[in-house]
Amino acid sequence: MSVDNRSAAPQLVLEAGRADRQYWQDLWRYRELLFILAWRDVSVRYKQTAVGIAWAFIRPFITLVVFTVVFGHIAKVQTNPNIPYALIVIGGLLPWTLFSAVLGDASNSVISNSNLISKVYFPRMIVPLATVLIAVIDFGVSLSILAGLMIWYGFAPGWQILLLPAFVVLTVLASLGPAIWAAAIVVKYRDFRFVVPFVLQFGLYVSPVGFPSSVVPEQWRLIYNLNPMVGIIDGFRWCIVGGESPIYLPGFLLSLGVTAFFLWLGVGTFRRIERGFADMI
Amino acid sequence: MSDTVIRTTGLSKKFIIGHQVEQDSLLREAMTRGARALMRRTADLIKGRTRGVTGQMEEFWAVRDLNFEIKRGELVSIIGHNGAGKSTLLKILSRITEPTEGRVEINGRVNSLLEVGTGFHPELSGRENIFLNGAILGMSRAEMRRRFDEIVEFSGVSKFIDTPVKRYSVGMYVRLAFAVAAHLEAEILVVDEVLSVGDAEFQSKCINRMSEVAGSGRTVLFVSHNFAAVRALTKRSIVLEGGKLAFDGPVEAGLTYYTSTLGRGGTARNWGRGKDATLVSAKLLDENGCATDHFTPGTALRLKIVVDTTGMPGMSLSMILRDQHNLPVGYYSSDPFSSVALPTTAGRYECILSLDKLFLAAGEYNIDLQTTSTAIIVDHRVDGALQFHVTGCNPGDVGYDFRQDQGAGHLALRLTAPLHFERLAGAAIPDLHSDERLGQR
Repeated sequence: MSVDNRSAAPQLVLEAGRADRQYWQDLWRYRELLFILAWRDVSVRYKQTAVGIAWAFIRPFITLVVFTVVFGHIAKVQTNPNIPYALIVIGGLLPWTLFSAVLGDASNSVISNSNLISKVYFPRMIVPLATVLIAVIDFGVSLSILAGLMIWYGFAPGWQILLLPAFVVLTVLASLGPAIWAAAIVVKYRDFRFVVPFVLQFGLYVSPVGFPSSVVPEQWRLIYNLNPMVGIIDGFRWCIVGGESPIYLPGFLLSLGVTAFFLWLGVGTFRRIERGFADMI
Repeated sequence: MSDTVIRTTGLSKKFIIGHQVEQDSLLREAMTRGARALMRRTADLIKGRTRGVTGQMEEFWAVRDLNFEIKRGELVSIIGHNGAGKSTLLKILSRITEPTEGRVEINGRVNSLLEVGTGFHPELSGRENIFLNGAILGMSRAEMRRRFDEIVEFSGVSKFIDTPVKRYSVGMYVRLAFAVAAHLEAEILVVDEVLSVGDAEFQSKCINRMSEVAGSGRTVLFVSHNFAAVRALTKRSIVLEGGKLAFDGPVEAGLTYYTSTLGRGGTARNWGRGKDATLVSAKLLDENGCATDHFTPGTALRLKIVVDTTGMPGMSLSMILRDQHNLPVGYYSSDPFSSVALPTTAGRYECILSLDKLFLAAGEYNIDLQTTSTAIIVDHRVDGALQFHVTGCNPGDVGYDFRQDQGAGHLALRLTAPLHFERLAGAAIPDLHSDERLGQR
């Protein structure tokens, strides 16, 4: 029987409270598990549904229609007449859907995989990370709405569209921080199962999803950007419609700072608590 | 190559068991206390600090001060009563949980098998679950692909490999799950009681497979109550008692030591407690009234049980007899079966349950004890409170041994009247060889 290449593991010491120096290496070594868990969730997700993955398209599409009608035609939120309002909405809706999918799924992921956590070792961070992959796949499907809208309105994007992937990554990072923080905390305090859906519902209205952030009075804009999604949604819109929707730079930097802070808090908290997951779950 | 792969020094693991304190009698008092606790907890929560619930805390050392070394290629069994700390030890070694004190040094890669079918998803097909389960157990995809056919063949469910496992029978499910587990390759393999699944034939197949793995120079740590498997697979035994190392040496001596501790009845292990009625100790008695771990078929099964009660009326005592696979064999409950409840004056009581003569098949058995209120709500439950074995069962007094693992049940059925065959004259006896009868089909 062949000895696999992973056998050359260095000595491992298990002790109370010992920081695991090989943690990130381990995370890399277990990447196959990451993909398999993501694949499992994707293939199970749409089992026994009639339209399957089309749900990833239908839900944001209907939201898009409703928001366009409510904010663009009924509330008549002031906006640039050169740009179809639907494009403004999709620029906010796409990142927001991604954000809420990651935060909603990842924060519950540790609990819903408790059978694995209490029986097998692997870097626990894999579990919330796997849900990110699923959210990104759904996001990829819903990108077709953006493409469809651009064709429908005959709107050619500028060079800025090339930066879109960077903002997708930023969205994931912004949601990952709070998500893994909540995923760890929820193991001990199940209260967060109720808090997260509420935050998401609430966040939809305090983030500039259905309206451009320029409608917020100038003196409040910086504070408004404490919500990390504000800067990121602005960036998304800028990628789609270019200079017609400029980025408010100080606010954007603040959003980045808040994102970084949550990532630091999330990773730190998760790593501190994860060793006790099996005892608490 | 006889270097140390696992070395533990002063290894301990503590759990905090919370007991609920009495409810506050005044609502106002309860509310202020609740509010204060809520504020403190919110602060803890934001910082991600974990503090226990309010109430009485009790420390419980699941594993205490373990020191041992395991060399490369050693085959070690870990035995002990339920609750002796075996599973906790395995969980520490497989990095699922962290020790409270002490340390473990591991040289090499540990793969652990604490349960078969971990992560199986009912919606996925057998094929998909093999890959999923393999990845969860730490096999690489290349390795899985190489061994896939072998696994399917071992499981014997190749016909249904593309059917979702939710449509599998329990037996098929377990076979498939074990097949993946049995092909797990690791330098150090940690195996919890997983062989106790499936039918006898499949079990012996599993034991063969495990001894193949064990024979190929791997280090194996194996927990089982199945003495036959322990003997077949391991050479050295570590016996745990109440979280402490009680014995470390050759497997036969370990098993002897372990059986000798059985009669002590609950002294070695913390049984916890119930709300109104707590089981304190239990012993199996032989004909002379001495503690034993041995039962002779055809004699009365007698248990001496000590129980504490708060005097709550309507409490009853019940037991479940289980076989070596932990499947229930028989049940007795004092309230519905014999209309006897626990005494209604608080105190400690001793009783003897003397059951009817049983012809139990040879093998291992254990008994779960529980106290219940109104015969439904379990108040205190001790799984595997007693273990005993039956060495031989020959109801006919000839040299025939009726064993549990024959798969024909646990009870040798006995006749109340002698069996004899009487010839019925005049009955038409079909001639099995006649062409006429064959033609009718």
